[in-house]
Amino acid sequence: MTQNAAPPPKLILRFTIIGLVIAILATAFAYVGGWLDPGRLTPDRMINTLEDNAGVHEGYRRNHAKGYCVVGSFESNGNVDSLSRATVFETGRVSPLIGRLAIPGGDPHANDGMPPIRSFALQFQLPNDEQWRTAMNAMPVFPVSTPQAFWELLKASQPDSQSGKPDPAKMAAFFAGHPETKPFLAWAKTAQRSSSFVNVEYNSLDAFRFIDAGGTTHFVRWGLVPEAPFTPMTEAQKQDPDFLSRDLRERLDKGPQRWHLIVTVANPGDPTDDATLAWPADRRQIDAGIVTIDRAQDQADGPCRDINYDPLVLPDGIAGSDDPLLSARSAAYSESYNRRTREEAESATSSTQEPRS
Amino acid sequence: MNPRTAGTFSLPARLLHWLMAIMILTMLFVGVGMVATVSERHVWLVQLHKPLGIAILALVIVRLLVRWRYGTPALPADLPPWQRAAAHLSHWALYALMLAMPLIGWTMLSAGGYPVTLFAGVTLPDLVSPSPTLYSALRFAHTWLALSLFALILLHLAAALYHALIRRDGVLASMTRSRKQP
Repeated sequence: MTQNAAPPPKLILRFTIIGLVIAILATAFAYVGGWLDPGRLTPDRMINTLEDNAGVHEGYRRNHAKGYCVVGSFESNGNVDSLSRATVFETGRVSPLIGRLAIPGGDPHANDGMPPIRSFALQFQLPNDEQWRTAMNAMPVFPVSTPQAFWELLKASQPDSQSGKPDPAKMAAFFAGHPETKPFLAWAKTAQRSSSFVNVEYNSLDAFRFIDAGGTTHFVRWGLVPEAPFTPMTEAQKQDPDFLSRDLRERLDKGPQRWHLIVTVANPGDPTDDATLAWPADRRQIDAGIVTIDRAQDQADGPCRDINYDPLVLPDGIAGSDDPLLSARSAAYSESYNRRTREEAESATSSTQEPRS
Repeated sequence: MNPRTAGTFSLPARLLHWLMAIMILTMLFVGVGMVATVSERHVWLVQLHKPLGIAILALVIVRLLVRWRYGTPALPADLPPWQRAAAHLSHWALYALMLAMPLIGWTMLSAGGYPVTLFAGVTLPDLVSPSPTLYSALRFAHTWLALSLFALILLHLAAALYHALIRRDGVLASMTRSRKQP
């Protein structure tokens, strides 16, 4: 049986064909994976830029790094169950919540008085392993409408190594080149910093789709409207870099804090792909139920630490819109989560100390 | 010409091989693509990745049963021992990765506290309780085993073409032709 076979004709051509097939597949794979395309805006680059701006704070989120876990529930009143078939909106259903109140920026030890914005992320636990996660901000519109523009904004706001502050010329150039930032800038000019996490409105900013029992889609945005009346940050609070957490604990010691979940329904033609544009004030607004927060806990050992508040973790009955920021947030939050859980795992194996958050 | 291999793979084995070849290559391209963009492709690639992974998991189990039931044709008798060993080793490594990758992905998402939603309204149960340490280890494994699987597939393809174009011993034909030979 061990006859020596004669080599086939055109042996070099035959090996070349094999080599080409493998090389084409490998190159296509490398292209799709971004290795041949250094200009592509990847989640890696987005998070690297956040790290360039704020430094690497191991174990912490790369943005909205300073925050506090809160626990409570959402009680639906059934008012939006005709718009969305999500179980969370069934009349009378109480969904447990794990939330996080935070301030923007990558520094987990930042001064609470600095940023004009507060953020509120929520995870609603639903039956059948479903969840609804949302990450809202206390502002009426987002500064930019695309991931690329957001990345450019991050680059422009990189602190100067000398002054520790963003270069005003770069910021001015960015805003001049991005007229879509005008509504945000107009708001920021007059916005007052709140005295508390619990007395401001939070907004989803991005549009989403509600899908009703018949399969019909309704474009919506949602937000939280507090029961506590707004008061601005006081002079005394300005002196305390942690005044927001102090205030939160003091208020929760007195009793639970409440917000109304308000769903705004778009009219046909309202922009659903542009978070820089608010919808007209006369759009239908529905009070969907009450968010109650009962207690707060440090994020270092709190239940929100290991939650990635990816805005596209949605139950049946809620879906993303054509807003391009949603995909980018989902991709970038995931990269941030991968980095900080790796750091948590490394610190857990290298020491017996509690991993930080 | 080399002595030809005896027989071919069974029809179910051939169908499963080529169907899964398309699915797994798609899966690998979807996987590297979805983590390399913040564009809207990210979302729909992730939505494709999860059900496709579970479908591959189901099919590899069927495939192992088919292999156990119908067997495989023998390799050519004159194949050098190292190539014979490499063939067996790489085939079992491919099966191991086809089985492991979807299970690691599912377990990883559970450990990360993510709901594993295949389609709207269809969410798989958690395999483990949330643990950042476990998530981190599995996330690392998922990437590196995926790259290993892609490398192994390239090797497998190169070997198949080597059999078809250089040795011309009927090994590739055993996966492309029916048992009835003229």
